[in-house]
Amino acid sequence: MRHFKDNLLRGLLWLSAFLSVAVLVMIVGFIFYKGIGLISFDFIFGDYSPTGDGGIWPMIVTTIYTVLISLVIATPIGILAAVYLQEYAKQGRLVRLIRFATESLTGIPSIIYGLFGAVFFVTTLKLGMSILAASLTLTIIVLPVIIRTTEEALKTVPGSYREGSLALGTTKLQTLYKVILPSSMPGILSGIILSVGRIVGESAAIFLTAGTVAAMPDSILSSARTLTVHSYLVTQESGDIELAAAVGIVLIVLILVINLSATYISKKFNKSTNK
Amino acid sequence: MEQRKKETIINVRDLNLYYGDKQALFGVDLVIQEKEVTALIGPSGCGKSTFLRTLNRMNDLIDGVKITGDIVIDHENIYKSNDVIKLRTKVGMVFQKPNLFPMSIYDNVAYGPRMQGIKNKKDLNIIVEESLRGAAIWDEVKDRLKTSALGLSGGQQQRVCIARAIAMKPDIILMDEPTSALDPISTLKVEELITNMKEDYTIVIVTHNMQQAARISDKTAFFLNGEVVEYDDTDNIFSTPQDKRTEDYITGRFG
Repeated sequence: MRHFKDNLLRGLLWLSAFLSVAVLVMIVGFIFYKGIGLISFDFIFGDYSPTGDGGIWPMIVTTIYTVLISLVIATPIGILAAVYLQEYAKQGRLVRLIRFATESLTGIPSIIYGLFGAVFFVTTLKLGMSILAASLTLTIIVLPVIIRTTEEALKTVPGSYREGSLALGTTKLQTLYKVILPSSMPGILSGIILSVGRIVGESAAIFLTAGTVAAMPDSILSSARTLTVHSYLVTQESGDIELAAAVGIVLIVLILVINLSATYISKKFNKSTNK
Repeated sequence: MEQRKKETIINVRDLNLYYGDKQALFGVDLVIQEKEVTALIGPSGCGKSTFLRTLNRMNDLIDGVKITGDIVIDHENIYKSNDVIKLRTKVGMVFQKPNLFPMSIYDNVAYGPRMQGIKNKKDLNIIVEESLRGAAIWDEVKDRLKTSALGLSGGQQQRVCIARAIAMKPDIILMDEPTSALDPISTLKVEELITNMKEDYTIVIVTHNMQQAARISDKTAFFLNGEVVEYDDTDNIFSTPQDKRTEDYITGRFG
């Protein structure tokens, strides 16, 4: 009887693991099956044409723009905020409140951020539907992610490093810059990777702030379309599942490349600092 | 050995320290002579480490610590002056566990001087070599200066920690149970090193190990419940203690 229970449990565990992998494989398989036929050099690097036989280069460029702009703004602010909360602020009610707020922010559906961005960045700040407005909205979305992961990374730096550095007559800033931040770099990097995934995968908030213009953006003040929005729109407008799936393949590969390179970088970092 | 009169370098008067509401040090008076090894002994929680950390104001890092009384180091009242940075370059510290940074051996030793603004490579090379020699570890690491310091054994790491402290050219070096994480052979090497170092530095060392205090120190202070019970030449403390509690402690009746 005990053996039976043991085997049953083992079977259930295996089944759960199998199911979760199977679903992933099925989705990726479906996307590749449907979309792979459309993938070609011209599809990826060609300019878009409304007739449907053009490429998706403008959307790739727009996606890269939003990632870069959002990160350029969110990373320094996020890291500085985390450093303040973890290293400088007196741990009291105010800090707890800020932490609670950042944690709550991660749970808000992105469409809400999109609505806020549409009202504040697009209308009030008169940025119009633009890559910049979308990037600012995305900045707000990923800020809590960067703050949280950076805080966790700072927490893992042994207190003895701080003491060791300060006891050598260094200032707090020197200690932070030379010892604490370098040691927490892998954690900070992983927060940035998570953010990239979040930005590339976002659609609702971008749809509401960058619009849907399917053309190569002239500047970051142009309205434009990211890959996810494009994927949504072609399904919606023409029911072209193959095209949407092909965009999906590009997205998956893009994220895979980003994740792998980030893992590689963070491993290299680990080697040079924590051998 | 020359027998010139040694000068007072640390003068502590009526030092009280509180962690929030809890008082940890009670009216400590202690006069420490330069170029001597002064050992602080006593059972766990008696305040000896806390006292040590008042001397370079490391307790400032802990929230809610309050201090009254005076500590004069080199004619300067360190709690009246606000230049903690200057104090800590003058008063170095070696911790209980080796706490080298995740950098190369060279960068660890050069860390303090670099933060002081020394950039010249030749100067740094000289400082690093002198410091590592001063900590009797140069021969063991000279061929691997650019490799990670964390690849060294615990005993080697602790001596590099000492080199890192020496690199600042301090007058005083505080040591907080520097051998408690080391094996007997490494301990012996560090003890030898401390004995040699007192020609150039004033050393204040906290130790759990009474044999160690007896072996390496000139003066010994016995702490109990946040007070200094007895402070005298090490020989006197261990041969003819004046206080019953000191005698009980060093004969192993408690602690």
